[in-house]
Amino acid sequence: MNTRAIFAIARKDLKVAIQNKGVVLPIIILPLVLFVILPWIMVYASSFTETTGASNDIGELLARMPAGLLHELSGFTPNQQLIVFSLVYMLAPMFLIMPLMVSSVLAADSFAGEKERKTLEALLYTPITDRELFAAKLLGSWTTALAVTVLSFIVYAVMVNAAGWQSIGRIFFPNWMWIALVVWVTPAVAGLGLVVMVFASARAQGFQDAYQTGGLVVLPVIALMIGQVSGVMYFSLSVVMIVGLAIWLIDAVLLWFASKSFRRSQLMTKF
Amino acid sequence: MISPVIQTSSLTRHFGEIKAVDQLTLEVQAGEIFGFLGHNGAGKTTTVRLLNGVIEATSGEARVLGLNPQTQGSALRARTGVLTETPSLDERLTARDNLSIYADLYNFPRADVSARVHFLLTEFELAERADEKVAGYSKGMKQRLALARALLHKPEVLFLDEPTSGLDPVAARHVNDLVEHLARREGCTVFLCTHNLVEAQKLCDRVAVMEHGHLVALGTPSDLTRQYVKRLDVDLEVDPTQIELVLQIVQGLPQLVSGPPKRKKDMLTLTLSGRKAIPELLHILVQKGLHVYRLAPQEANLEEVYFALHGNTQ
Ligand SMILES: Nc1ncnc2c1ncn2[C@@H]1O[C@H](COP(=O)(O)OP(=O)(O)OP(=O)(O)O)[C@@H](O)[C@H]1O
Ligand SMILES: [Mg+2]
Repeated sequence: MNTRAIFAIARKDLKVAIQNKGVVLPIIILPLVLFVILPWIMVYASSFTETTGASNDIGELLARMPAGLLHELSGFTPNQQLIVFSLVYMLAPMFLIMPLMVSSVLAADSFAGEKERKTLEALLYTPITDRELFAAKLLGSWTTALAVTVLSFIVYAVMVNAAGWQSIGRIFFPNWMWIALVVWVTPAVAGLGLVVMVFASARAQGFQDAYQTGGLVVLPVIALMIGQVSGVMYFSLSVVMIVGLAIWLIDAVLLWFASKSFRRSQLMTKF
Repeated sequence: MISPVIQTSSLTRHFGEIKAVDQLTLEVQAGEIFGFLGHNGAGKTTTVRLLNGVIEATSGEARVLGLNPQTQGSALRARTGVLTETPSLDERLTARDNLSIYADLYNFPRADVSARVHFLLTEFELAERADEKVAGYSKGMKQRLALARALLHKPEVLFLDEPTSGLDPVAARHVNDLVEHLARREGCTVFLCTHNLVEAQKLCDRVAVMEHGHLVALGTPSDLTRQYVKRLDVDLEVDPTQIELVLQIVQGLPQLVSGPPKRKKDMLTLTLSGRKAIPELLHILVQKGLHVYRLAPQEANLEEVYFALHGNTQ
């Protein structure tokens, strides 16, 4: 593997991608809303329900939750329970949108965008092998997605603790489930966003086109969110580990197919 | 004997029903400027792609620098440079970045990269705007930058796909001078795809003419003109008082002069049946006591070859 060439392309893709508003805006706005503004709204809303006596409704919501979750929440007052439930558990699946969105938007620019800008042809005339080119393109998007996600996680941790401080009075975030989520599930989800976008880009005419089709990859994450809110399941440490494993396996299968079809001759003739 | 730099035998590539390149057999020698001519869709770009191993042949064989493009593509591409039909530059990056990235891709010695990039930017008159984004460049500047990029790693074989299309005459001359310099001084082999026949005639040692994927002619420009341009135009200047007489005489020589003479002031242009008609005609005119000041064959050019071939195959 020619690592020098791989890094050169990964760096180039990134340098080019950050000049695309369609890439940069969602990467800035999404974490700002989810991880900076939302914690404060949740905490404010929970204090509001307490004073209006709406806590009965919350009690009903929590009553529907699995016993395991109720056990984890048992040390908190009802008001604290609401904060912990919404910020620690409900937002956990939503957090996965971050690596998914960042990696897929970058991959769309790298694969479909490159096709649209017609810069691929010259690259294909260099000594870089198909495998190296594929690795370079994945690497750039994947590492950036991870970096952005870890950064959002840190910001979120600070925001959650700050917002909940008045009510809870100690640092309650992150727990082990969240650490597993960030370390184990996030990289797999970023990988999923990537590979799906590789497939979407092969058929797409350009960045927008690929991003619209590939964007459907958020559906499974939304399913996880619904599962959590409806009480079908909750993000315990073991669920997180299993979800992570499942996504890694899906990644491996998709990656195998994607790398098989990533051939110079095919890229060139699909112009 | 030194083996040819490019060698193909029955090289063929189909796209569904379309035979983009069909049974192409040719050789290009080291240091040659080889013109690859043909109208739109003749198969020029497809051939360049085949020779660099970026697409696969349907059948047939190719060797470039002794390497098989299909199985040794990476090693081969390290030694060839390609100027693609569209410049294929990263418009969101600066000229300097565009070149530096390719230095990494060709594994150009790190210590020499910035000097090489600077040299090329200066050579191609881009140094002043080297740190501007390419999106703001003119077409000519983009083409120069793309050419600089193709030369960055000092390739042994240079493939140029219509390098002067869309350039103004000055810029086109500049590119042609450079190509000539590379081949003559630095021994680079040049494979030049073009439909500019005047350019090919001036620049190329040998040319191949393609038509719908087939090779229809191959040789030096003068070989081809001799072979394909049978008729010959000559300018004839005689004493102005004798012009009417000349017209009368040539009317009686249908085996030498085909078609009616064209008259422009005191000069006549005659279409002869071939080179052999020149001395015969001169002999007859002199014998009839005419004062011939000038009898000059017009240089036939590739354009005529091209149209002659076109007439044949359609
Ligand atoms: N990827 C492809 N898929 C289908 N057909 C193709 C493809 N590439 C080339 N062709 C066809 O092959 C033929 C040769 O094309 P090619 O691009 O090699 O011609 P060319 O001589 O370079 O023409 P031009 O002067 O217009 O650049 C054309 O009929 C073209 O439509
Ligand atoms: Mg072409």
